[in-house]
This record gives sequence, C-alpha cells and structure tokens, in this order.
Amino acid sequence: MNLWSYLQQHSGDLAGWTWTTVWLAALPLLVGLAIALPLGWLASRLRWTYPPLVTATGILYTIPSLVLFIVLPGLLGTRILDTVNVAVALTAYTVALLVRIVADGLSSVSTTTLSAASAMGYTARQRLFGVQLPIAVPVIGAGLRVAAVSNVSLVSVASIIGVPQLGRMFIDGSNLSTLGPIVDGLIAFVVLALVFDGLILLGIRTLSPWAKQALA
Amino acid sequence: MSTAAVIADKFLPGLDRVPVWLNDPANWTGPNGLLERIGQHLGYSVSAVVVALLIALPLGLVIGHTGRGVFLVVGLANGLRAVPILGLLLLLVVWLSPHLHARLTVPGLIPPGGFAYIVPIEIALVLLAIPPILSNTYAGVQAVDPAVRDAGEGMGMRGSQVIWQVEFPCALPLVMSGLRSATLQVIATATVAAYVPFLGGLGRFILDGQDQLTNLRYGYPAMVSAGIVVAVLAVVVDLLLALVQRLVVSRGVAERYRRRRGVRAVPEPA
Repeated sequence: MNLWSYLQQHSGDLAGWTWTTVWLAALPLLVGLAIALPLGWLASRLRWTYPPLVTATGILYTIPSLVLFIVLPGLLGTRILDTVNVAVALTAYTVALLVRIVADGLSSVSTTTLSAASAMGYTARQRLFGVQLPIAVPVIGAGLRVAAVSNVSLVSVASIIGVPQLGRMFIDGSNLSTLGPIVDGLIAFVVLALVFDGLILLGIRTLSPWAKQALA
Repeated sequence: MSTAAVIADKFLPGLDRVPVWLNDPANWTGPNGLLERIGQHLGYSVSAVVVALLIALPLGLVIGHTGRGVFLVVGLANGLRAVPILGLLLLLVVWLSPHLHARLTVPGLIPPGGFAYIVPIEIALVLLAIPPILSNTYAGVQAVDPAVRDAGEGMGMRGSQVIWQVEFPCALPLVMSGLRSATLQVIATATVAAYVPFLGGLGRFILDGQDQLTNLRYGYPAMVSAGIVVAVLAVVVDLLLALVQRLVVSRGVAERYRRRRGVRAVPEPA
C-alpha cells in the first residue's frame, strides 16, 4: 500500500478539495447555529411550540443525506452538481440537531438563577444574553461538536454525486482498486473531524471558563 | 458524470414527475422494481442490525454490570462517529472482497458472485449500528437504581440472574431507543450499498439515475421517488419498533422512565 503516490499525483487538487470540504462542513454549522438559536429560544419560551419543532426536526433526521442532496435541486432550482445543495442539506441537519438542544439548554437554567438576575435589575433581554445563554453554552457546544463531526463525515457522501472534495479519494481508490487513496481519505476526514472538534471545544472553554470540570 | 449529463442537468424533470412515477405500477413490480429493491434494502439493514444487537447487547450489559471497559465504549462510539462510512465501506470492498471466494447465493438478496461484496457492506453497517446500541445499553444498566440491584442480590440472585432479570428489563427502554436510532441510521446508510458491484437496495435507483437525469423512467424522478421510499421505510420501521418497545417494556419501568425525561439518544443523519 502506497500512501504517497496518489497524493503526489493529485497534489494540485488537494488544496481545492480540502477547502471545499472545510467550508462545506463549517458554513452549515455556523448558519445552522444562527437559525437554531432563535428557534430553540422560541421552543423554550412558548411551551406549545416545543413538540411540533422537535418532532419536525426529528423527522428531518430520518432522511438520508444522499436523498436530500438529490431532492434539493428540484426544490431550490439549483443544478444537481451544485455544492449549494450539500451546504443547504447539512445546514438543515445542523438545525435539526441543535433546536432541541438549545431549547433544553435554555430551559435547564435554574429558576433561582433567573430570579437572582431579575432581582439585580436585568431586563428580559439582558437576562437572556447575559445569564441564560452563557450558562447554556456547554450544552449547546456539546451539540455543536456532534453536529460538526457528523457534518464532516457527511460531506464525503457528496462525492457519490460528484461534488469534488476530499471524498473523491474514496471514489478514486475504489475505481482503481487501490487502498492507498482510501486510507489517505480516511486519515484526512478523521483529522478534519478532530480539528473541528478541538476548535469547538476551545470555543466552549473560552466562553464558559467556569465549566471546565463539567467538560472533562 | 458525463458531459451529456451535465448539459441535461439544466433541464431536470420537475418534482411533479415524482407522484407520476410512484403511481405507475410498472415501477413497483417486476424485476428491479421498487418492491424487490425494498426487500433487498430491508434484507441488508435488518441482518446488520441483528448482528450488531447480538454483539452490542451482551457487551453493553456486561460493561454496565461490571463498570469495566467504560473508557473503551466511549472512545469507540466517538471514534467511529468520525469515520466516514463511505470510506470505510470502500476500504473493505477493495481490501476484503478479492479474498472472499465463497459462492453463497440467496435468491433476491445475494446474487451469484455477490457474496464477496455483501460482506463489506454488512461489516460497515454493523460497525455503524454497534455504537448507539452499545452506549445506550451500558448507560441504561448504569442508570438502574442501586437499591433495585441490591434487592436482586439480597434475594440470592447470581450475577447473571441480576443482569437478565433485573438490570436488562430496567434498561430496556434505553436499549430500545438505542436500537431505534441504530436502525434509522442503518436504513438511511444502506442506500450506499448500491455503490458496491452486484448489490441493489433502494440506492440503485439513485446511482443509476445520475447518468440519465432527464429520463422520466430511470432518471431524476426515479431517484427522488426512491429517496422518499427510503425515508418512509425508515419512519415505518421506527414506528414498528416503537410498538415493539411498548409491548416488551414492563409497564412499571415505562412509567418511571417517562418521568425521567429526555434520555433518548440523539440519532445521526447518515
């Protein structure tokens, strides 16, 4: 098994593939979080919105990624090879995972803490951003870690429909019946997942220094 | 994808062709029809989940009971999550398949010559299904009230009796939720089986449709329809398992379980 020959032959493509893989995994994570925060807040604030939001997002999870990648062109009017399809699909999965976690995280803040904040003169908005959200950071962060790792792995599925990124190594290895490119690809994806995981962990620690023990 | 397909891509048939496709009985029956593909898809999925259950359930019960190997379980579950299943599958195909020479065939499920390729997909699906079942079983046993366990031991039960008659029934709700999320993931992922030579399943429509997107019978409408069937299949099987869960979980345990809310494992898209 030669791990280097494939990498040397495709040295020109590697940077582009890595970049596509990284942004396809990262952008949906950020957009998904930006959408899930207000939705999760809504679900925690108005109890009747919780069951429909959590059920709807749960159903989204049963749709295989490959299916979502090919249905989206029909819904969005995009081309079938368009990377936008992959980005939108992964954003949907991220939102699906995070809405419930954000809602549960915000609801789990003890009423004593909230009363204390109110007694100190915090307005509802200050209380949300200054108390509730920071306390929920470790919980939301843990959900974000799961979403990040699963996003990275799902990007590789997009190579079946021909979106050029690191998953191409699996397809090429399979077509050439050589193990080298496949092992290269597996290493690349696991390393990428670890990097994402590490960065999010770093973010959680920076945003909630008091919760170090809880994370370890 | 060929250049012809890329050009055709601009003129994708609309999603309104999907109900038309699904309404055509010719697409359901006959060789390579939806019914046959559903059978194959379920065959790959169910056998993988059963094997995973046979491995993960005893292991989870023992780990939960003894408290040994917890580190291994957590590490395994997190590590496997980071491995892309497509890469794992193709690695096994390139590595194992040339060494498998058994001529086992099962009509409708394993075609002649397909055995060498069914093994990799089954291994990949089993590896996918083990972590949710294993970690939920272990967590379920760990969550059993120590007083209940003590009562079992106080009644003179042996270790194995405590596991099977006390801890297992109490952990059953969590075991079932692990089994359900594993099944969802496996059914969704079995679509990838079609990427392997000789194999079918519902993914066949999705892969074969790519080179003839505009074809109203085999192209984009068939791909989307098959995708919808996969999602519906996953939901139906999940509902069946929910029913099984209602039947097998003791009512006393279920009531206590309902009060402890929010323990269902987070399923992952696959």
